[in-house]
Amino acid sequence: MSKSGFTPQLVHHIAQLAQLTLSSTEEVSISQDFVKTIEVVARMSELNTTAVAPTHQVTGLENVWRADKVDEKRMFTQAEALANAAKTAAGFFVVPQVIDQKDI
Amino acid sequence: MLHTLTLKQALDQIKRKEITASEVWADTQSAIENENKALNIYLTLNEKSAAETAMMSDKPLAGLPIAVKDNYATQGLRTTASSTLLDSFVPTYDATVIAKLKAAGGVISGKTNLDAWAHGSSTETSQYGRTLNPLNPDYLPGGSSGGSAAAVAANLCIAALGTETAGSIRQPAAWCGVVGLKPTYGRFSRSGIVAMASSTDSPGPITKTVEDAAIMFNHLAGHDPYDSTTSTQTVPDLTKSLGQEIKGLKIGVMYLDLPEMTELKKFYEPTLKELERLGAEVELTGSLDPHHAISVYTVIQRAEVSSNLGRYDGVRFGHDRSYFGAEAKRRIMLGTYTLSKGHADQYYHQAQKVRTLFQQDYARLFEKYDILITPTSPGFAKKIGSSEGAAMFGELEDMLIEPSSVTGLPGINVPCFRDPETNLFLGLNIMAPMWREDLVIRVADAYERATTWNTWRKND
Repeated sequence: MSKSGFTPQLVHHIAQLAQLTLSSTEEVSISQDFVKTIEVVARMSELNTTAVAPTHQVTGLENVWRADKVDEKRMFTQAEALANAAKTAAGFFVVPQVIDQKDI
Repeated sequence: MLHTLTLKQALDQIKRKEITASEVWADTQSAIENENKALNIYLTLNEKSAAETAMMSDKPLAGLPIAVKDNYATQGLRTTASSTLLDSFVPTYDATVIAKLKAAGGVISGKTNLDAWAHGSSTETSQYGRTLNPLNPDYLPGGSSGGSAAAVAANLCIAALGTETAGSIRQPAAWCGVVGLKPTYGRFSRSGIVAMASSTDSPGPITKTVEDAAIMFNHLAGHDPYDSTTSTQTVPDLTKSLGQEIKGLKIGVMYLDLPEMTELKKFYEPTLKELERLGAEVELTGSLDPHHAISVYTVIQRAEVSSNLGRYDGVRFGHDRSYFGAEAKRRIMLGTYTLSKGHADQYYHQAQKVRTLFQQDYARLFEKYDILITPTSPGFAKKIGSSEGAAMFGELEDMLIEPSSVTGLPGINVPCFRDPETNLFLGLNIMAPMWREDLVIRVADAYERATTWNTWRKND
């Protein structure tokens, strides 16, 4: 097991969480890449941030609302909304089954 | 040869009725036909551009050809983000910046190559092949807006649009010897742009001169109800910042003493002298170590990528997730990991706190200086193939820009040295406090006019 714990097994698990499918070769190469990347990233733990607030939004905006009104200019027709769909049926999107999938 | 005109030159000559936009279009079109195949700059050309050009003659941008990075949604024109996952995606609407471009009379010449999903600084991770640097095809154009920077450098457009999350406008502009303006975060709408890291994504122009960047900014900036992070404050007229003096301005110089700059420092010294000659007070200044910004950027970017790219499920548009390339998969998964229970404090929350430290550092520096400058990239353009197998290629190439990107500051790249042996440029990154693009343009324009590094100014 590598120093930061990035085994191919862990990569396999993360890939499942992210809904990605990897080959076993990719699982190995990505686990190696992650070790390198985390090594670089971990340097920031040197900085003392105990009294520092996080910044999620750089321009200080909070709770931006729009008027609760329908903007017709923004609306797609049903045909436009479906124009790029891989699979449609009777004017609707066809989505893959999610119920009864094996748990991850 | 009309494709070699700057935006300003072309607009002036059209106004004086010496040329027409259709003539500019024709010359640009033949340049594209001659050079695009070898350089791989445009992924898709706008077949309707000739007709659109003819219709725009009475508008401010007069129908001139503008290259657009292929991560802007363009109605009726294929938009791939350089990923085969979106190979056949034809948007049913325009990104807000594209709608503004069209309203101002700009015509899309075509969609330019980028690192797939804008993940990179080389344009080598594109699933449609790398773009070559027009200044020297043995080298990379940089990225992720490498196609747009190369389109400007090769005169395959009059001006271009890029996007920057951490260096993706300024670094390719530096490597291709052109001008790239990264506006303040929230100045340009992100609506309709393939989202990468939503808390730092900033669209902006890539142009032949600083003046052209100012003109493009004026037409494209501003509040957008479709992007709640855009600012409602008045957009300044940046053309008013052109041709001004910079006497008395205080300029802080960052990062020249880093070990990464040992070889290159000497090329920047004449630039500092030139700024002093123009009357600015120039001094070297210390700052928070930019290496920490690599960490901040890497963690925040991967986290936001894992969320933003979660939407690509192949249901409403595009192919399924098996079409993601290696780099996108790496980034999505690292973000998934750093956001997960047990790791978020160590990585994600720590990165957001270090981002605050960078904001505080800039606040301190801008109390002392009006402007901060840095080298844009810690090197000249790299040889083709350099990014392959280098997991942190982009982060290291963009190290000198990342601190300002994660805090949202505006900045511009202007060429400041050319190596006569390779024909490659170095760039100067000029930054100002939030919302002060006017200061950025004022200094960049004064420097550009006072020196001979700009390729197009020589013809003026």
